[in-house]
Amino acid sequence: MVVVNALVQGILLGGVFAMAALGLSIAFGILRVVNLAHGEIMTVGAYIAAIALSRFGVSVWVSLLVAVPLLGLAGYWVQRAMLQRALRIGELAPLLVTFGIAIIIPNVLIELFTTNKQAIPTGGLAVSSISLVEGVNVGVLPLITMAVAVALIAATQLYLSKTRNGRYMRAAADDWETLRLMGVDHRRVYALAMAMAFGIAALAGVFFGMRQGGVTPYDGQLAVLFAFEAVIIGGLGSLWGTLAGGIVLGVSQTLAGVVSPELPLLVGNLVFLAVLMFRPTGIVQSKVAV
Amino acid sequence: MALLAADGIDARYGDVRAVTGVSLSLAEGELLALVGANGAGKSTLLRVLAGAHRPFAGTVAFRGEDVTGLRDFERARRGIALVPEGRRLFASLTVRENLLVGAGSRRTGRWNVGSVTEALPMLAPLLDRNASQLSGGQQQAVAIGRALMSNPEVLLLDEVSLGLAPIVIDELYASLAAVRDGGLGVVLVEQDLDRTLAVADRIVCMLEGEPVLEGTPASLSREAITDAYFGHVAAPAGGGAGGPGTAGDDAGAGNGGAAWWS
Amino acid sequence: MAELVPGHVRVDRLRRRMIATQIVGAVVILLLALAPYVFVPAVTSQWIKLFYLITLATVWNLLAGYAGMVSVGQQAYIGLGAYGIFVFNDLGVNPYAGALVASVAIGVIAFGLSFVAFRLRGGYFAIGTWVIAEAVRQVVVRFDSLGAGRGRSIADYTEDPVMRNLFTYWLALGILAATLIATLFLLRSRMGVALQSIRDNEVAARALGIHVGRAKRIVFVIAGIGAGLAGSVISLQQLGVQSPNQIFSVSFSAFMVFMVLIGGIGTIEGPIVGAVVYYVMDLYFSQMGLWYTSARWACGTSRCSVCWRSS
Repeated sequence: MVVVNALVQGILLGGVFAMAALGLSIAFGILRVVNLAHGEIMTVGAYIAAIALSRFGVSVWVSLLVAVPLLGLAGYWVQRAMLQRALRIGELAPLLVTFGIAIIIPNVLIELFTTNKQAIPTGGLAVSSISLVEGVNVGVLPLITMAVAVALIAATQLYLSKTRNGRYMRAAADDWETLRLMGVDHRRVYALAMAMAFGIAALAGVFFGMRQGGVTPYDGQLAVLFAFEAVIIGGLGSLWGTLAGGIVLGVSQTLAGVVSPELPLLVGNLVFLAVLMFRPTGIVQSKVAV
Repeated sequence: MALLAADGIDARYGDVRAVTGVSLSLAEGELLALVGANGAGKSTLLRVLAGAHRPFAGTVAFRGEDVTGLRDFERARRGIALVPEGRRLFASLTVRENLLVGAGSRRTGRWNVGSVTEALPMLAPLLDRNASQLSGGQQQAVAIGRALMSNPEVLLLDEVSLGLAPIVIDELYASLAAVRDGGLGVVLVEQDLDRTLAVADRIVCMLEGEPVLEGTPASLSREAITDAYFGHVAAPAGGGAGGPGTAGDDAGAGNGGAAWWS
Repeated sequence: MAELVPGHVRVDRLRRRMIATQIVGAVVILLLALAPYVFVPAVTSQWIKLFYLITLATVWNLLAGYAGMVSVGQQAYIGLGAYGIFVFNDLGVNPYAGALVASVAIGVIAFGLSFVAFRLRGGYFAIGTWVIAEAVRQVVVRFDSLGAGRGRSIADYTEDPVMRNLFTYWLALGILAATLIATLFLLRSRMGVALQSIRDNEVAARALGIHVGRAKRIVFVIAGIGAGLAGSVISLQQLGVQSPNQIFSVSFSAFMVFMVLIGGIGTIEGPIVGAVVYYVMDLYFSQMGLWYTSARWACGTSRCSVCWRSS
């Protein structure tokens, strides 16, 4: 029963990893930019929620209405003002720019809010749970997280395949030079995609923070690695793969936790490295090239 | 007033001259063909007209307005559409999606997915097929259809028949005749001289980045064109102007020999 | 003959300049080696940091600047180098010799890890190396004998603090000299040409028959060894590891990136200049904290855009 419970918890844990991975996957799929600051964007999202609550008494759910658009705007701006220029220089330049952002953000957060953990209380949500069978309890918050993750992936998929801007994004991923010949400014399309990636990262960050009960300036480092692992395990370029990858990562962590409370992170990393070694294309084959 | 006019265009890739001192104009409803050997600068000239390549010198005017400073996507919104060399379809999109992206300049007019499929009937059964699964001729039809979707006033076609079977080329040219109404001006780059002579209103022959011969198909003898094509008259074919080089490498042009008539 | 072929003269002049540079470099290193006889240990021990910074910058430049592999996981090898001292110290090896023995072991580990890391390229290679570094840290802290999560100090060490400092100084200098010589040697060889063609266009290099995988793997291993040796020096200087999180910190990679970008990526002297600049800035401005970090990074990034375009 302990194992079954761990399995169920792991699957649900996969929801938050998938959500974190989605933004990373969008940025890479459309812009070929690996955003090393993805975790820090999540952290900033969580900080906005924490501060909104502690300073203004705004609930977490309301703060999402601020955090997501705000970071979306930031993503648009970062793409237009910094990454677009770096992309012209070469493939590695944008990587270093995002690495710089990843280093600066924790420093700014420490300066503004110290290294203390900023609480993100969720009322009774974090502790309330539903009992499935004897010994297997499902938390309400993880359930909500999973539902949101699935909805987000489905919505992204729909957006990319059905809307005009979504089509432009996929076309830009294929061949941005030709997209320009169609009268579309690819820089605007790229910036929109980055805005999407940042906005989703903010959302993921808030859920990540809720799960951990708060956020510290260093959480981003862990988050970006989880997100990245979920992307690779699931298979590059596959949106639903991020969900599969997140679940595999989540399950390996919770199962390892049954053996020893010190093992989850290590086993998660080892599973990732094993997938990379033996199944480098990931566990889900990409259908829609994103 | 000319629909599209280029004046004194100089285009370079780094220090290599691809196009030198080209001036030409296109009237409404006219089909102007650019002929010349590989590396003569035809494709570069088209890219300059479309705004995809910034000229070193010279101006491009569209309906009397100077558009030299406008970038490619801005010119597409004015109604200048380029069908690029190599078709350049969006490989992960379906044919229908390729066409829809082609409408990115948001110009209104007679062309939509329905009318494009009517004009290019070979597309009808392919609409939901992935662009990467098409044959060369089908890809070319999509590329032309995609350009039409922007309801252009000028259509720039680069190497339409390159690498295609004659029967497919016939079909494409038949469709091309059908789309040419309502004053659409066409600049066609083509290696196939016979087809060019059959459809063009006017021909400009380029050699090593410079126009060496211009006239209507009726006024030019075949010999004059082939001589100009290979530069036999005054400048014996040398450097990049001669044999069948690799396709689409216009950058190799421009050893810059003096024009024979000047 | 030389008058007839102008290119020959230029090559000759270049070579003469290169030989001059090498002689100057050798003299500088020799003088630095003798410095402890002139300056008090308090002064020279300060330079140890500069030496390992230059070593780190040089090997990162080799990775990113010459082989096009942006790694943000070099802290894996720094940490292994630091902990390697303990492992071999416990086996009875003197800590200084232990640093060298550990570097061999790290070379083997880096070789093995390259097979995992090379499954990824570009940006994902970068983040993959980061995961590997995390995994290495998590494995290391599993060992109670290595102090688990608490860090450890070197048990069997030279008693005299002055001698300790001296030996560490010479070791750090020797490692620096060896790194610079190895780098020069590598880039001057056929490998160097191969590497630059890989950086410029990997596909084309492959088509030309260059063993892309092998060349990159050699660089990857050398970079691992260099970072490992630097880690050993850090461990020796601090008399151990204060915390595994610190020695395995991703900020080491940030420092490396910064030093190389500010000095000039893809040049031999760039990392040296960058390391000196960083060392001086760190000495005088580090108390300024955040704004210093940010300005530093902005500076590095804009510098990067300049040199990348020109290269």
